Amino acid sequence: MELKEIIFLLIAGITVLSGWLVVSLKNIIHSAFSLLVSFFGVSGLFVYLHADFLAATQILIYIGGVMILILFSIMLSEKVYNLSIFHRSKFFPALLILGGILLILGRVILETSWKGQVLDPAPSGPTTGTLGVLLLNEYLLPFEVISVMLLASLIGAVVLIRKEVFGSEREDTSS
Amino acid sequence: MISLQSYLIIGALLFAFGLFAIVTRKNAISVLFGFELVMNAAGLNFAAFSHYSDKTLDGQIFTLFIIALAAAESVVILALIISVYQKMNTVQVSDISKLKG
Repeated sequence: MELKEIIFLLIAGITVLSGWLVVSLKNIIHSAFSLLVSFFGVSGLFVYLHADFLAATQILIYIGGVMILILFSIMLSEKVYNLSIFHRSKFFPALLILGGILLILGRVILETSWKGQVLDPAPSGPTTGTLGVLLLNEYLLPFEVISVMLLASLIGAVVLIRKEVFGSEREDTSS
Repeated sequence: MISLQSYLIIGALLFAFGLFAIVTRKNAISVLFGFELVMNAAGLNFAAFSHYSDKTLDGQIFTLFIIALAAAESVVILALIISVYQKMNTVQVSDISKLKG
Protein backbone atom coordinates (compact mmCIF):
# COMPACT_ATOMS: atom_id res chain seq x y z
CA MET A 1 0.00 0.00 0.00
CA GLU A 2 2.67 2.44 1.03
CA LEU A 3 5.00 1.42 -1.80
CA LYS A 4 2.15 1.77 -4.28
CA GLU A 5 1.59 5.39 -3.25
CA ILE A 6 5.28 6.20 -3.40
CA ILE A 7 5.52 4.83 -6.94
CA PHE A 8 2.37 6.76 -7.88
CA LEU A 9 3.88 9.99 -6.58
CA LEU A 10 7.09 9.25 -8.48
CA ILE A 11 5.22 8.68 -11.76
CA ALA A 12 3.05 11.75 -11.22
CA GLY A 13 6.10 13.86 -10.45
CA ILE A 14 7.91 12.64 -13.57
CA THR A 15 4.84 13.34 -15.70
CA VAL A 16 4.29 16.86 -14.42
CA LEU A 17 7.98 17.77 -14.34
CA SER A 18 8.60 16.61 -17.90
CA GLY A 19 5.39 18.36 -18.94
CA TRP A 20 6.85 21.58 -17.60
CA LEU A 21 10.17 20.85 -19.32
CA VAL A 22 8.30 20.47 -22.64
CA VAL A 23 7.04 23.99 -22.14
CA SER A 24 10.20 25.60 -20.82
CA LEU A 25 13.21 24.04 -22.55
CA LYS A 26 14.87 26.09 -25.26
CA ASN A 27 16.13 23.31 -27.51
CA ILE A 28 13.23 21.78 -29.43
CA ILE A 29 14.85 18.31 -29.52
CA HIS A 30 15.16 18.29 -25.73
CA SER A 31 11.58 19.46 -25.56
CA ALA A 32 10.48 16.59 -27.79
CA PHE A 33 12.26 14.02 -25.66
CA SER A 34 10.75 15.34 -22.46
CA LEU A 35 7.37 15.12 -24.18
CA LEU A 36 8.20 11.45 -24.73
CA VAL A 37 8.94 11.03 -21.01
CA SER A 38 5.65 12.73 -20.24
CA PHE A 39 3.82 10.27 -22.49
CA PHE A 40 5.49 7.42 -20.62
CA GLY A 41 4.34 8.95 -17.34
CA VAL A 42 0.74 9.23 -18.52
CA SER A 43 0.94 5.61 -19.62
CA GLY A 44 2.08 4.66 -16.12
CA LEU A 45 -0.88 6.57 -14.69
CA PHE A 46 -3.16 4.56 -17.00
CA VAL A 47 -1.70 1.42 -15.44
CA TYR A 48 -2.62 2.81 -12.03
CA LEU A 49 -6.17 3.38 -13.29
CA HIS A 50 -6.42 -0.32 -14.26
CA ALA A 51 -6.55 0.67 -17.93
CA ASP A 52 -4.01 -1.78 -19.28
CA PHE A 53 -5.15 -1.56 -22.88
CA LEU A 54 -4.99 2.22 -22.78
CA ALA A 55 -1.46 2.11 -21.38
CA ALA A 56 -0.32 -0.17 -24.19
CA THR A 57 -2.13 1.97 -26.77
CA GLN A 58 -0.56 5.11 -25.38
CA ILE A 59 2.92 3.66 -25.73
CA LEU A 60 2.26 2.17 -29.18
CA ILE A 61 0.58 5.19 -30.74
CA TYR A 62 2.19 8.16 -29.03
CA ILE A 63 5.71 6.92 -28.49
CA GLY A 64 5.87 4.54 -31.45
CA GLY A 65 3.98 6.73 -33.90
CA VAL A 66 3.51 10.35 -33.03
CA MET A 67 6.93 10.94 -31.46
CA ILE A 68 8.72 9.41 -34.46
CA LEU A 69 6.69 11.63 -36.78
CA ILE A 70 7.42 14.69 -34.67
CA LEU A 71 11.15 13.96 -34.56
CA PHE A 72 11.19 13.41 -38.32
CA SER A 73 9.45 16.67 -38.99
CA ILE A 74 11.72 18.54 -36.60
CA MET A 75 14.73 17.22 -38.47
CA LEU A 76 13.08 17.94 -41.83
CA SER A 77 12.11 21.48 -41.02
CA GLU A 78 14.41 23.98 -39.42
CA LYS A 79 17.80 24.29 -37.88
CA VAL A 80 17.35 23.13 -34.35
CA TYR A 81 19.63 25.38 -32.39
CA ASN A 82 19.33 28.99 -33.47
CA LEU A 83 15.69 29.49 -32.75
CA SER A 84 14.16 32.28 -30.77
CA ILE A 85 11.62 30.02 -29.26
CA PHE A 86 9.33 32.12 -27.10
CA HIS A 87 7.11 35.06 -27.82
CA ARG A 88 8.78 37.37 -25.29
CA SER A 89 5.89 39.81 -25.21
CA LYS A 90 3.36 37.09 -24.53
CA PHE A 91 5.32 35.35 -21.79
CA PHE A 92 3.94 37.14 -18.74
CA PRO A 93 0.30 37.29 -19.89
CA ALA A 94 0.58 33.59 -20.59
CA LEU A 95 2.03 33.02 -17.12
CA LEU A 96 -0.96 34.90 -15.71
CA ILE A 97 -3.34 32.75 -17.74
CA LEU A 98 -1.53 29.62 -16.53
CA GLY A 99 -1.82 30.68 -12.90
CA GLY A 100 -5.47 31.62 -13.32
CA ILE A 101 -6.39 28.33 -14.95
CA LEU A 102 -4.52 26.35 -12.31
CA LEU A 103 -6.19 28.35 -9.53
CA ILE A 104 -9.71 27.87 -10.91
CA LEU A 105 -9.27 24.21 -11.81
CA GLY A 106 -7.58 23.45 -8.49
CA ARG A 107 -10.38 25.11 -6.53
CA VAL A 108 -13.02 23.24 -8.52
CA ILE A 109 -11.23 19.92 -8.12
CA LEU A 110 -10.54 20.26 -4.42
CA GLU A 111 -13.81 21.80 -3.29
CA THR A 112 -16.26 19.66 -5.23
CA SER A 113 -17.66 16.77 -3.27
CA TRP A 114 -17.49 14.12 -5.98
CA LYS A 115 -20.81 12.38 -5.45
CA GLY A 116 -21.04 8.80 -6.60
CA GLN A 117 -17.29 8.44 -6.49
CA VAL A 118 -16.09 4.96 -5.63
CA LEU A 119 -13.44 5.68 -3.05
CA ASP A 120 -11.33 2.58 -3.35
CA PRO A 121 -12.15 0.76 -6.59
CA ALA A 122 -11.47 -2.92 -6.59
CA PRO A 123 -8.81 -4.03 -9.05
CA SER A 124 -10.46 -5.37 -12.15
CA GLY A 125 -9.20 -7.89 -14.66
CA PRO A 126 -7.89 -7.17 -18.13
CA THR A 127 -10.02 -4.60 -19.90
CA THR A 128 -9.24 -5.44 -23.50
CA GLY A 129 -12.11 -7.88 -24.02
CA THR A 130 -14.66 -5.56 -22.46
CA LEU A 131 -13.41 -2.65 -24.52
CA GLY A 132 -13.67 -4.70 -27.69
CA VAL A 133 -17.24 -5.73 -26.93
CA LEU A 134 -18.16 -2.11 -26.16
CA LEU A 135 -16.55 -0.89 -29.38
CA LEU A 136 -18.45 -3.35 -31.53
CA ASN A 137 -21.81 -2.90 -29.81
CA GLU A 138 -22.56 0.40 -28.13
CA TYR A 139 -19.88 2.48 -29.78
CA LEU A 140 -20.00 0.97 -33.25
CA LEU A 141 -20.95 4.20 -35.02
CA PRO A 142 -18.19 6.36 -33.44
CA PHE A 143 -15.76 3.53 -34.12
CA GLU A 144 -16.62 3.52 -37.82
CA VAL A 145 -16.55 7.31 -37.98
CA ILE A 146 -13.09 7.28 -36.40
CA SER A 147 -11.88 4.76 -38.95
CA VAL A 148 -13.21 6.87 -41.84
CA MET A 149 -11.58 9.92 -40.27
CA LEU A 150 -8.25 8.12 -39.99
CA LEU A 151 -8.47 7.25 -43.68
CA ALA A 152 -9.33 10.87 -44.49
CA SER A 153 -6.40 12.19 -42.49
CA LEU A 154 -4.08 9.67 -44.16
CA ILE A 155 -5.15 10.81 -47.61
CA GLY A 156 -5.10 14.44 -46.52
CA ALA A 157 -1.55 14.22 -45.22
CA VAL A 158 -0.33 12.53 -48.40
CA VAL A 159 -2.04 15.13 -50.58
CA LEU A 160 -0.65 18.02 -48.53
CA ILE A 161 2.90 16.74 -48.76
CA ARG A 162 2.94 15.50 -52.35
CA LYS A 163 1.18 18.34 -54.12
CA GLU A 164 4.28 19.95 -55.61
CA VAL A 165 5.76 16.64 -56.75
CA PHE A 166 2.60 15.66 -58.59
CA GLY A 167 2.50 19.02 -60.34
CA SER A 168 6.08 18.80 -61.55
CA GLU A 169 5.62 15.21 -62.70
CA ARG A 170 2.62 16.19 -64.73
CA GLU A 171 4.57 18.99 -66.39
CA ASP A 172 7.36 16.57 -67.16
CA THR A 173 5.07 14.12 -68.90
CA SER A 174 3.28 16.83 -70.89
CA SER A 175 6.56 18.33 -72.13
CA MET B 1 -5.10 5.37 -1.04
CA ILE B 2 -4.89 7.34 -4.25
CA SER B 3 -7.85 9.63 -4.71
CA LEU B 4 -9.61 10.87 -7.83
CA GLN B 5 -8.49 14.40 -7.07
CA SER B 6 -4.81 13.61 -7.51
CA TYR B 7 -5.41 12.39 -11.06
CA LEU B 8 -7.55 15.43 -11.78
CA ILE B 9 -4.81 17.74 -10.52
CA ILE B 10 -2.22 16.04 -12.71
CA GLY B 11 -4.62 16.45 -15.64
CA ALA B 12 -5.16 20.12 -14.82
CA LEU B 13 -1.40 20.73 -14.62
CA LEU B 14 -0.80 19.03 -17.98
CA PHE B 15 -3.67 21.00 -19.54
CA ALA B 16 -2.32 24.31 -18.22
CA PHE B 17 1.21 23.54 -19.43
CA GLY B 18 -0.12 22.60 -22.85
CA LEU B 19 -2.09 25.81 -23.10
CA PHE B 20 1.00 27.73 -21.99
CA ALA B 21 3.03 26.11 -24.77
CA ILE B 22 0.34 26.88 -27.35
CA VAL B 23 0.31 30.54 -26.34
CA THR B 24 4.01 31.23 -25.89
CA ARG B 25 5.87 29.07 -28.37
CA LYS B 26 7.00 30.43 -31.72
CA ASN B 27 7.90 27.20 -33.47
CA ALA B 28 4.84 25.50 -34.96
CA ILE B 29 6.06 22.07 -33.88
CA SER B 30 6.33 23.28 -30.29
CA VAL B 31 2.74 24.49 -30.54
CA LEU B 32 1.91 20.91 -31.55
CA PHE B 33 3.65 19.70 -28.37
CA GLY B 34 1.28 21.84 -26.33
CA PHE B 35 -1.66 20.42 -28.23
CA GLU B 36 -0.52 16.87 -27.47
CA LEU B 37 -0.21 17.70 -23.77
CA VAL B 38 -3.76 19.04 -23.72
CA MET B 39 -5.06 15.89 -25.43
CA ASN B 40 -3.19 13.70 -22.95
CA ALA B 41 -4.69 15.62 -20.04
CA ALA B 42 -8.19 15.12 -21.43
CA GLY B 43 -7.62 11.40 -21.89
CA LEU B 44 -6.21 11.05 -18.39
CA ASN B 45 -9.28 12.77 -16.94
CA PHE B 46 -11.64 10.48 -18.84
CA ALA B 47 -9.79 7.37 -17.68
CA ALA B 48 -9.73 8.62 -14.08
CA PHE B 49 -13.47 9.31 -14.04
CA SER B 50 -14.10 5.94 -15.62
CA HIS B 51 -12.09 4.20 -12.94
CA TYR B 52 -13.59 6.04 -9.99
CA SER B 53 -17.21 5.75 -11.13
CA ASP B 54 -19.13 2.57 -11.83
CA LYS B 55 -17.83 -0.60 -13.33
CA THR B 56 -18.46 0.52 -16.91
CA LEU B 57 -15.56 1.30 -19.18
CA ASP B 58 -17.17 4.11 -21.17
CA GLY B 59 -14.53 6.62 -20.14
CA GLN B 60 -11.77 4.38 -21.41
CA ILE B 61 -13.55 4.15 -24.78
CA PHE B 62 -13.56 7.94 -24.93
CA THR B 63 -9.86 7.99 -24.11
CA LEU B 64 -9.28 5.59 -27.00
CA PHE B 65 -11.17 7.91 -29.33
CA ILE B 66 -9.17 10.87 -28.03
CA ILE B 67 -5.90 9.05 -28.70
CA ALA B 68 -7.01 8.18 -32.25
CA LEU B 69 -8.16 11.76 -32.89
CA ALA B 70 -4.93 13.23 -31.53
CA ALA B 71 -2.84 10.91 -33.67
CA ALA B 72 -4.79 11.73 -36.84
CA GLU B 73 -4.72 15.46 -36.15
CA SER B 74 -1.04 15.51 -35.40
CA VAL B 75 -0.36 13.72 -38.69
CA VAL B 76 -2.32 16.35 -40.61
CA ILE B 77 -0.71 19.19 -38.66
CA LEU B 78 2.78 17.85 -39.31
CA ALA B 79 1.98 17.51 -43.02
CA LEU B 80 0.80 21.13 -43.00
CA ILE B 81 3.95 22.26 -41.21
CA ILE B 82 6.20 20.47 -43.68
CA SER B 83 4.31 21.82 -46.66
CA VAL B 84 4.41 25.36 -45.23
CA TYR B 85 8.15 24.91 -44.67
CA GLN B 86 8.61 23.87 -48.28
CA LYS B 87 6.75 26.98 -49.46
CA MET B 88 7.92 29.65 -47.03
CA ASN B 89 11.16 28.20 -45.64
CA THR B 90 10.12 28.83 -42.05
CA VAL B 91 8.04 27.19 -39.33
CA GLN B 92 7.91 30.21 -37.01
CA VAL B 93 4.26 30.94 -36.34
CA SER B 94 4.78 34.70 -36.33
CA ASP B 95 6.39 34.63 -39.78
CA ILE B 96 3.56 32.74 -41.42
CA SER B 97 1.25 35.67 -42.03
CA LYS B 98 0.48 35.48 -45.72
CA LEU B 99 -2.53 33.47 -46.74
CA LYS B 100 -1.61 33.06 -50.39
CA GLY B 101 2.09 32.26 -50.42
